[in-house]
Amino acid sequence: MNEKHTITCLVENHFGVLARVSGLISARAFNIDSLTVSATEDPSVSLMTIVVDADALKLEQVKRQLGRLVDVIEVRELREGEYVNRELLLARLNAPDGARDKMEELARRSGAKLFPAHGGAVILEATGTTRDLDALVGELRAYGLTNLARTGRVALPR
Amino acid sequence: MSEKMKGAKILVQSLLKEGVDVVFGIPGGMNLPTFDTLFDSPIKVVLTAHEQGAAHMADGYARASGRVGVCLATSGPGATNLVTGIGTACMDSIPIVAITGQVRTFMIGNDAFQEADTIGVTRPVTKHSYLVKDVRDIARVIKEAFHIARTGRPGPVLVDLPVDVTTNEAEFAYPDSVDIRGYRLSPVQDGDPVQIEKAAQAISKSRCPLIYAGGGVIASGAAAELTELARKTRIPVTTTLLGLGGFPETDPLSLGMLGMHGFEYANYAVGECDLLIAIGARFDDRVTGKIEEFAPRAKKIHIDVDPSSIDKTVTVDIPIVGDVKHVLTRLNRIVKAPEAGEWRTRIDAMRRKHPLIYRERSKLLPQVIIQQISEVTKGNAVVATGVGQHQMWAAQFYRFNTPRSIITSGGFGTMGFGLPAAIGAQFARPKDVVWDIDGDGSFQMTAQELSTAALHKLPVKIAIMNNQQHGMVRQWQDLFYDGRHAASIVNPTDFVKLAEAYGCLGLRVEKPAEVRPALERAMATHDRPVVLDFMVETDENCWPMVAPGKPSHQMIGTYESLKTEGAKPQYRHVPPEDEADLSLS
Repeated sequence: MNEKHTITCLVENHFGVLARVSGLISARAFNIDSLTVSATEDPSVSLMTIVVDADALKLEQVKRQLGRLVDVIEVRELREGEYVNRELLLARLNAPDGARDKMEELARRSGAKLFPAHGGAVILEATGTTRDLDALVGELRAYGLTNLARTGRVALPR
Repeated sequence: MSEKMKGAKILVQSLLKEGVDVVFGIPGGMNLPTFDTLFDSPIKVVLTAHEQGAAHMADGYARASGRVGVCLATSGPGATNLVTGIGTACMDSIPIVAITGQVRTFMIGNDAFQEADTIGVTRPVTKHSYLVKDVRDIARVIKEAFHIARTGRPGPVLVDLPVDVTTNEAEFAYPDSVDIRGYRLSPVQDGDPVQIEKAAQAISKSRCPLIYAGGGVIASGAAAELTELARKTRIPVTTTLLGLGGFPETDPLSLGMLGMHGFEYANYAVGECDLLIAIGARFDDRVTGKIEEFAPRAKKIHIDVDPSSIDKTVTVDIPIVGDVKHVLTRLNRIVKAPEAGEWRTRIDAMRRKHPLIYRERSKLLPQVIIQQISEVTKGNAVVATGVGQHQMWAAQFYRFNTPRSIITSGGFGTMGFGLPAAIGAQFARPKDVVWDIDGDGSFQMTAQELSTAALHKLPVKIAIMNNQQHGMVRQWQDLFYDGRHAASIVNPTDFVKLAEAYGCLGLRVEKPAEVRPALERAMATHDRPVVLDFMVETDENCWPMVAPGKPSHQMIGTYESLKTEGAKPQYRHVPPEDEADLSLS
């Protein structure tokens, strides 16, 4: 049965590493939900966080294949409950006049920030787990959601 | 402070430090400094006709010697022409280093003349690759490239060198060691002792065990350890195409090759065994047939240096990650022979009941020619092949007894591999007899490398099974496409004339009685390549065969189905009666 798994890879901060990882994922026909690349405490190392949709066998293959890459230093699977994961969401909302109060209330409730945008619209910034943000997006549709961008997941073990 | 030298010189000095004695390649605009420096170095430079030939020669050199093969090409088309050869090496885990020229660093990405994103194009077919942007990195990169190519699961490494990097100057200091934090080998080399103990127990408890040995045995130099395991436990051995030579086919325990065109008894043994010991083999689809029904009764042990090979297609019970030679050495210390006398008797009966078979016809048969090549070379030649029917017949009818004696493209199935690979093998082993058993279809894909062989007066012997078609394709069309020969019949070509055009000796052979004298003439020719143009039957099929998608123990073209009056059974792995003391039971 397929499930969502979070894998982190410490990789050399070299030219072309993202292409190696993404090329491997597409060549081996692995399904991924998101892939983020970020800096770490060590400037020579980057962190990739990959959310994979796979069964247990396929997941093991993904990890082993990633481990074969010379530029991949370490592969870890983060198990549910053992890590903190977050992503960032930006949403552009038309914010119809009558709904402003409710929208601001929603933002307060979800710890989101609002910024004014062109044409009377607003940009909403929120962070949370993938599940939190999925739920938030559902609610935002009532407030004239026109554009949405999400970073994908980053995670650290507890 | 040591003297500064140009990047090209640093490269050549580094190659010398790695013990490189020959490189294969073609100069062009972006690697001229390298060739200019090689010109007065001790390294032999072999100019090939096409870069694909250079990559296959480096590959053939590596397979025949166990050393890293090196090929060179210029940027753009030179580099892309290497790709098929690099892919061939990658699929079969062969250590080569490909060094490509690249446009000047400041031109990269500008669509410069003869520019290609070589790293991008080759990424899926290399073990690793480097774009060197600073002359000070050349020595370290070459050191790492050779280390990565030859260690662990070997494979091709590409080094892309912009021309300005080879003309810039730096001090040369060759590193003594490598330190790559994403590529550490030590923890897994010897195998987990707990797993090895489990394997030993499973072996001693088994009643119908079978060893299935692959190219990993050759790569890790473990033929002696495999032979020790088999003889100590008296477990029969079947090998993959790439595993041929890893266990002597003259040994009474040998079952020869398994798989799509493997021996019936090898596949039947897989179907019936209760313990399958996979050693340096990766459960390739050409071996397993329908995966769900591969070795259905067997507990499975899998020894492999590459953790990603474990459980990739077949789930195994006792995985052992480690270098095959190290693991077998440890296993041999503790393993005990199982009680498998009954099983060996059954196997012996299978081998007597299901031999290969062919019927002699008016024209030449490739099977007979290959058997005769095996005889005149006493099984001691290095045999390269192309890909197709002739390749499978070579696997069936040539008796491979020593490691690195078959040079063939298994995983990638690259037609055109045979001639350049044979040339590379001859450079690696100048004193040995090297044959290329080829088909006319395969041969024509790289036939221009006759010029390379002729230039260097190499005594390679090229036996072309000339059926004027792509025989394996034609066989599949007859079997599965209503006999519609769509684009499988090729223009008849006079290979004797072609051979002479390149300065080789060409011999046409049309009658069975001419075969042996022609082979002997080829063996007696030492000053140039010999092309033997064997005019063979056009519609001979390669049997037996596992039809695609079928379980490997359900074969067509079996001995039972083909035995008719006049057909000749060929017992390849049955001990002669006078060796009864060696016999299986």
